[in-house]
Amino acid sequence: MINLLLDNVVLASLLALIGLGGMFGGLLGYAAEKFKINSDPVIDTIDELLPQTQCGQCGFPGCRPYAQSIADGDAINKCPPGGQTTINAIAKLLDITAVPLDEEHGQEELRTIAYIREDECIGCTKCIQACPVDAILGSAKLMHTVIEKECTGCDLCVDPCPVDCIDMLPVKTSIDTWYWPSPENIPPSTTSAYTEGHAS
Amino acid sequence: MNYKQISSPQIHKRQSTDRIMQLVLIATLPGALILSYQFGWGVLLNLFISTLTCIVTEALVLKLRHRPINIHLGDYSAVVTAVLLGLALPPLVPWWVVVTAAIFSILIAKQLYGGLGSNPFNPAMVGYVVVLISFPVEMTTWVTPISLLPQGVSHPGLWDSGMIVFAGSVPIDGITGATPLDLFKHSKGLMVEQIYNSNRLFDNASIAGVGWEWANVAFLIGGLALLKARIFTWHGPVGMLGSLTLMSMLFWDAGSSSSPGSPLMHLFSGASMLGAFFIITDPVSSATSNRGRLIYGALIGLLIYIIRAWGSYPDAVAFAVLLGNFAAPFIDNYTLPRTYGHSQRRRATAKETDKNV
Amino acid sequence: MRHLWETPGGVHPPDNKAQSQTMSIGQVPLPKTLILPLNSAFDEVAKASVRIGDRVLKGQKIADIQGKLSVAVHASSSGFVTSIEPRTIAHPSGLSTPCIEITTDGEDRWIESKTYPHYQHIDPPKLCDIIAQAGIAGMGGAGFPSAVKLAIDGEKSVDTLIINATECEPYITADDMLIRERAAEIIKGIDVINCALSKPKAVLIGIENNKPDAIKALQEHCKGTQIEVVPVPTKYPSGGEKQLIYILTGKELPSEALPINIGMICLNIATVFAIKRAVIDGQPLISRITTITGQACDINRNYEVLIGTSVEHLLKLNGFNRERCSRLIVGGPMMGFTLSSTNVPVTKTSTCILAVSHQEMPDSSPPQPCIRCGLCAEVCPASLLPQQLYWYAKAADHERLQAHHLFDCIECGACSYVCPSKIPLVQHYRGSKGDILTARAEKTMASKARERFESRAVRLEKIDSQRETKRESRKLTSNNAEQQRVSGKPPLTTSAEDIIKAAQLRVQTKKISPEKQKAKLERTLIAAQIRLEEAQQRLADVLESGTVDQQTQHKATLEGAKQKVDKTQQRLAKIKLQ
Repeated sequence: MINLLLDNVVLASLLALIGLGGMFGGLLGYAAEKFKINSDPVIDTIDELLPQTQCGQCGFPGCRPYAQSIADGDAINKCPPGGQTTINAIAKLLDITAVPLDEEHGQEELRTIAYIREDECIGCTKCIQACPVDAILGSAKLMHTVIEKECTGCDLCVDPCPVDCIDMLPVKTSIDTWYWPSPENIPPSTTSAYTEGHAS
Repeated sequence: MNYKQISSPQIHKRQSTDRIMQLVLIATLPGALILSYQFGWGVLLNLFISTLTCIVTEALVLKLRHRPINIHLGDYSAVVTAVLLGLALPPLVPWWVVVTAAIFSILIAKQLYGGLGSNPFNPAMVGYVVVLISFPVEMTTWVTPISLLPQGVSHPGLWDSGMIVFAGSVPIDGITGATPLDLFKHSKGLMVEQIYNSNRLFDNASIAGVGWEWANVAFLIGGLALLKARIFTWHGPVGMLGSLTLMSMLFWDAGSSSSPGSPLMHLFSGASMLGAFFIITDPVSSATSNRGRLIYGALIGLLIYIIRAWGSYPDAVAFAVLLGNFAAPFIDNYTLPRTYGHSQRRRATAKETDKNV
Repeated sequence: MRHLWETPGGVHPPDNKAQSQTMSIGQVPLPKTLILPLNSAFDEVAKASVRIGDRVLKGQKIADIQGKLSVAVHASSSGFVTSIEPRTIAHPSGLSTPCIEITTDGEDRWIESKTYPHYQHIDPPKLCDIIAQAGIAGMGGAGFPSAVKLAIDGEKSVDTLIINATECEPYITADDMLIRERAAEIIKGIDVINCALSKPKAVLIGIENNKPDAIKALQEHCKGTQIEVVPVPTKYPSGGEKQLIYILTGKELPSEALPINIGMICLNIATVFAIKRAVIDGQPLISRITTITGQACDINRNYEVLIGTSVEHLLKLNGFNRERCSRLIVGGPMMGFTLSSTNVPVTKTSTCILAVSHQEMPDSSPPQPCIRCGLCAEVCPASLLPQQLYWYAKAADHERLQAHHLFDCIECGACSYVCPSKIPLVQHYRGSKGDILTARAEKTMASKARERFESRAVRLEKIDSQRETKRESRKLTSNNAEQQRVSGKPPLTTSAEDIIKAAQLRVQTKKISPEKQKAKLERTLIAAQIRLEEAQQRLADVLESGTVDQQTQHKATLEGAKQKVDKTQQRLAKIKLQ
């Protein structure tokens, strides 16, 4: 047998290659089963980068579906709440060029929070049903209120309100949240002079 | 009632970039004077042409880049580049060599990388190397030091020098010759003793060649003055001169035919001192931390010796500096100081998980 | 002599201390009003325990501790509470925070208070409580509640107590003068703290050697005690907590750790004095020594100032000249911040009011490019690479900033001080720190939002499936009943037609008639128009007198109202067309 192989170089190499192929194929197959990943980690990572406002401005019912769609090759510039920061982060992650925000889906604005004008609220619970993150408190025929800490500013509660008592107000900078702005944010004419409060 | 809001600190030391550059310029004066005394008008013509070209180029590029010309020209960085370049180029070299080098320094090596502070390589050295490689004949002809001129021959006057530089007149015999480092390079097979005896370059001073040693001493004095003024730290120069001394001591075999020269000869010839105090101390293109600068200097000293001894160029400061510039970011990565309150030194590449650098 | 360790870096700015030391500590005439901020430096606000109109006595507690890091507030003089509302305070942002305003009655009458001359017999926790109730917070600048520092839980122990009397900032001489005039009381204060800490092994007073008189005073009073007065070389910032610990003990405070983690406690010397007054004399923290200095003031002097006195009042007293003044600084020139108005109160942390002239601190020239000269790295007391941090800050590279230990920067300002290109390095770091912290907060918020979104989805699904099962079971029972009722007859079959018919019927009954819809829309339109008018009116008001914030807010409301009107009109038009 060995002699036969030694004599037939072609046969020997064929056998060796087939053997190797089988061995590594088996190994790969085993590894694929053993270390199987159930969900695509890229989707999770993209989802991590999205702002989780669940506002649906991208055209998807929530952030995760949009993350899924990006992983499948969708454009990365459909998220106005995340703005350019999010686009850049996703571009860096996926190693593609960062593009400006798609204006079709909305513009990047200051972060806002919903406030219910409580004396006008009729207690219809429509906003409660609309809120994607359960940030509105109240029950039927009783006044509702927004839990400020939990509101993502998604805007979804504004339209359903029949008496239009919800305002989206920009988040105010308080003494606790204020910090020095980087020098670039200061108008060049007054390089070091700085008079107005900084909105983060 | 409104007062300005300014982030602390509210006070600043009276030290500015233009002041630093001015001091560097002043410190080159002794060296420049000795060089002009030893090698004639050619040195001053070089300085003049290179300064003019650098300033004009800088101004034009700044205009193209829509940067305030006054502010950026006012930092004197272009003048420093020009002066270092002018001092490094051989006297009486044709004007277009100087102009090419100067334009290359400012345009390619400095402004195209983003201007002052952003250039990875020393602009003057880039300009120098470009013309050294492109015009080897012009660049390896040096003027004979004044004390070695043949009887009855003197350095050309201002007019004649101008004619040589601008109109291409051929200088009279005897005013150009080899440099000490050239001699060592091209005198293989001779004992050092024999070289010293056979050439008048080593007549009056046997350390590193007539004229050269005094120029180097002058640059050393200027450099020490800058060190005293705390314009740079001792780390770079000490690293470079130290490793150059060490290497030349290691391979100094008391003057056999294969010896590349004594330590003193290496320290005081060519552009050693100019390099150690004026070129590798350029903060922009060197390593950042003190330890890093020590290593950076040592690396350049090592390279200078290697190229001088076994390379094909007689002097090697420019090449060594450029190679050192290449290595600077790498050196930085491994020489970051330990932050207060941390047990480990930092790496510049730390937490680099999703970066493609 | 104790062995001293040398910190890396540091600078020697001109100290400018002599001009405010020509006179002893002065007294300030009682101001008409006192403004007492309720916030502490750590985002927590004390709870006001008085109401508008209440009469208060000097030393009476007017706000209680609420949450761990808030500080109790006391009336600095007797009078009436005239308002409790947000006021601008001495803060770099120039923003406002809740304050209690007291209009003084001129009597300056003390409340009856309890003194503890025999503090040696009081348990440490009780002593800490006395200190907390006296509203004592770090007076060196940070304003950390001292009682929280001193309340050591069982596992930790303190073997070294460090008293910080370095006062390394130029211009400030408040601690120096305090020591010169009241060293005996300070030493008693140290003894009180010793009791609260159950006698640490070593007590060190770190003081820069540019204050010979103060050192002499302390040494005289420390004779025969275990307290050691350690003069340290004058170098800014030797008074940084981390730096002083290293200079005195050679130990480094690990990153993000507190001194207590390595068995130490650091207190400012003015705080020690305040603790003495609180425990032994029963006087809560209602005044402090503040330096008023700078060439824009005719008189440069230290004063004992009631907390809440307005800066304006103090400046007037010292012949302040508005024209001469280029900027107004609270704290020293290296770490202090500028005030945008003089109408702010002195707080427990106001060490110095610095009114400098244009000659003293001319406006800084615009920054030039960084030439990587490395001077900043040479002077950094934390051995950071400021220029590297600067590049990364400009590139907003948060990961590398953190890898280069941005958060170990103590913002001492030495790097900006020496920078030949006049780059505002510290401000870059502050901005980046803020950005990174905001990003972190946003990340936590996002993950919280995701959690809530997901749990909501789960809940909705559960409700749906419950409804489904209920419907199924109801259908089943009704079917069974039907079958039983018509038993014998063939079971009913429901054709597709029937289902559609039923559905159409349902829709018909549900549909609101166009008239009703129209009426509703018209009502909405009227309401929206009224709101629009109101919004316009309000906007017009604030445009005249309101702040920028208010204006933008009202503009937003107006815009929203306009949109609503447009939308309703469109919908109305649609219905009319139909």
